[in-house]
Amino acid sequence: MTSLVLSTATRFLLPLMLLFSLFLLLRGHNDPGGGFVGGLVAATGFVLYALAYGVEAAQRVLRVHPRVLIAIGLLCALGSGALACMSGQPFLTGLWSGYEIPVLGKVGTPLVFDVGVYVMVVGVTLLIIFSLAEE
Amino acid sequence: MELLMIAVIGILFGCGTYLLLQAHLLQIIVGLALFSHGANLALMVSGGLKRGGPPLLTIGAPYADPLPQALILTAIVISFGVTAFALVLAFLTKQVCVSNDVDELAGG
Amino acid sequence: MIDQLFILFVILPVLTAVILFAIGPRSVWQQRASLAVVALLWAFSLYGLVHVLQTGIVVLRMGDWPAPYGIILVADVLSMTMVALTMTIALAVTLFSLPTVDRARQEHFYYPLFFILLMGVNGAFLTGDIFNLFVFFEVLLIASYALMALGSDADQLRETNIYVVLNLIASAVFLLGLAATYRIMGTLNMADLAVKMQAQAENPLLTVLAMVFLFVFGTKAAIFPLYFWLPGPYFPPPAGISAFFGGILTKVGVYAIFRTFTLLFRHDPSFTHELLLALSAATMLFGVLGAISQMDVKRILSYHIISQIGYMILGIGLFTPQALAGALFYIVHHVIVKSALFLISGAVQETTGTTSLKALGGLATRSWFLSALFLVAALSLAGLPPLSGFFSKFIILQAGMHEGRYGYVAIGLLGSFLTLFSMLKIWNGVFWGADRAPTRPAGLRPLLPGVVLLVSLTIGIGLFPSVLYRVVDAAAGQLTDPRVYIEAVLGPQTPGSGILPAERTSQ
Repeated sequence: MTSLVLSTATRFLLPLMLLFSLFLLLRGHNDPGGGFVGGLVAATGFVLYALAYGVEAAQRVLRVHPRVLIAIGLLCALGSGALACMSGQPFLTGLWSGYEIPVLGKVGTPLVFDVGVYVMVVGVTLLIIFSLAEE
Repeated sequence: MELLMIAVIGILFGCGTYLLLQAHLLQIIVGLALFSHGANLALMVSGGLKRGGPPLLTIGAPYADPLPQALILTAIVISFGVTAFALVLAFLTKQVCVSNDVDELAGG
Repeated sequence: MIDQLFILFVILPVLTAVILFAIGPRSVWQQRASLAVVALLWAFSLYGLVHVLQTGIVVLRMGDWPAPYGIILVADVLSMTMVALTMTIALAVTLFSLPTVDRARQEHFYYPLFFILLMGVNGAFLTGDIFNLFVFFEVLLIASYALMALGSDADQLRETNIYVVLNLIASAVFLLGLAATYRIMGTLNMADLAVKMQAQAENPLLTVLAMVFLFVFGTKAAIFPLYFWLPGPYFPPPAGISAFFGGILTKVGVYAIFRTFTLLFRHDPSFTHELLLALSAATMLFGVLGAISQMDVKRILSYHIISQIGYMILGIGLFTPQALAGALFYIVHHVIVKSALFLISGAVQETTGTTSLKALGGLATRSWFLSALFLVAALSLAGLPPLSGFFSKFIILQAGMHEGRYGYVAIGLLGSFLTLFSMLKIWNGVFWGADRAPTRPAGLRPLLPGVVLLVSLTIGIGLFPSVLYRVVDAAAGQLTDPRVYIEAVLGPQTPGSGILPAERTSQ
């Protein structure tokens, strides 16, 4: 599985795919896209890297164990929901900051939720694929 | 169009049933995957097949029914996870019990 | 504010699972945190039950979306009783798991998986729309597949394959039923469905839907023609898991039948509930006959799950307030006693290495205490007077007498008699006679706290049945009059919108 074309292209494709996945994540609130799709695209990038350089190398590029990503993602998502609980509103109610931030737009708990989904999807997909590839 | 989709669902379930009755564990899992595809298609048809924009306030009517899509997305994620689990299980069974043939498994 | 905390029954288990998953399987905190969280949730579930009894149904609207559109959790007395029951069993099972779950299982995430299972079960009991019932079913099933296969010896893998395939078929049919329901009714929220189904009670498709859902839930609950899968998968896994599966998992199916056949499918009881009655009789009879032919403690207990599910379905089939209360009483009794018996069989397995009647004998001389615990639980299961089993059977069978269903009452009594027979068979095979069982070095004492908790509960219910009866009576009251549930979820309904209280009260 060593192809010069694939390994060279992957070096450029991985950052591009990550960037595209962030784009999908951020436009997801009002347009097609969102954390789920973005996470899948990002995970695909790492899977491509694993195909080109092997699972261990992809693991190194990822830096953290996918298990930790799952935990972080779920904590983000649950935390964004619980925030509403603390202010006495039902779980998962959207809270908005009211400020416009350039690029991000209006920031609120739904964005945090989506980021959580993104991170978790990356973690779950990579955990499944890495552990199957290691067999 | 809906009639066509319903026929497709029927075919998917028919093929799924055929595969389910085979002896090899892998064929059974593929049969189950066909089942879940059929069920997902049924969910899609359940909202009625019609044209419409995305259901967003800024765009307005006529919009497509968003609920079946949400249901399908959930169902797909679930069937993806379960099918992956079933495949790993079949793999493990093959390793531990040496065979993936249902009749042999039942005998052992 | 207290109402909002009910979300914890679903959220806290996931949170615990994720944290346990992330801190790594070797940590000592796996055990400590598990016990702490389960104990906390157990206390809160009891408090929640009292809260619901006092203030009425609690409805949680996720994201503050109004009822028919958003995702809701509804905690009525039935749901909270089931949640409190689940947490009680979870506590006993965790107490039993601490000394018995081996390192290999713990390193393959036994505790996180258990919490995912708890989240699925609690969610299934609390959800207010039928699609999320599907989702929570899948969550608990995925966790149960993994727990069942954990350890992966040949027997376990074989049985898990059967269990997975069967449940996947049921799930596909469940989805088809949901699609059909959405097509016909245009909603999947249970309260909204109840309103719409009452409005078009003449529609013959309703009965079709009822049968589709009966197939799905009947498969999960293991009622008559669909019970063939049950005894196998509950045999190989360790006793803690068998106890939770045998006690709670099949009862999720029974709960779903309860919910759908009291809230939704009440348009034609002369067909649907009559069918439930016939199925219940067959379930009681075949389950108990299956048990008689077995020669292994865990297999006998598994077959008895089937026969006892028959009694619960009998209660739903009779469909009077007293019968529903009796069926619920029966669920509570059955879950506690059945889990206790499975845990005792686990203790026998830990100390001797086997559960086969042929290899065991004379354990009474080794531990009179374990034998006494078994005897109390077994006699309670068979329905002898001062224990919880007597009152639960008495209430259901009395309701049957009121309705003039003497045939079903006779089958119930016969089943009870045969249960006593096979419990005595276990007693004679395992505890009585000369001590000829093999020995393993494992100590018995650390295994007992969970068993003692459950057995003292069955004695407690036997001594003070009126406490539990008040709870199940309140639940049955809410079930026979779906207006309470509907108005709690959707707000006040216009009078005369076609929602009627129970039609089939006794003459």
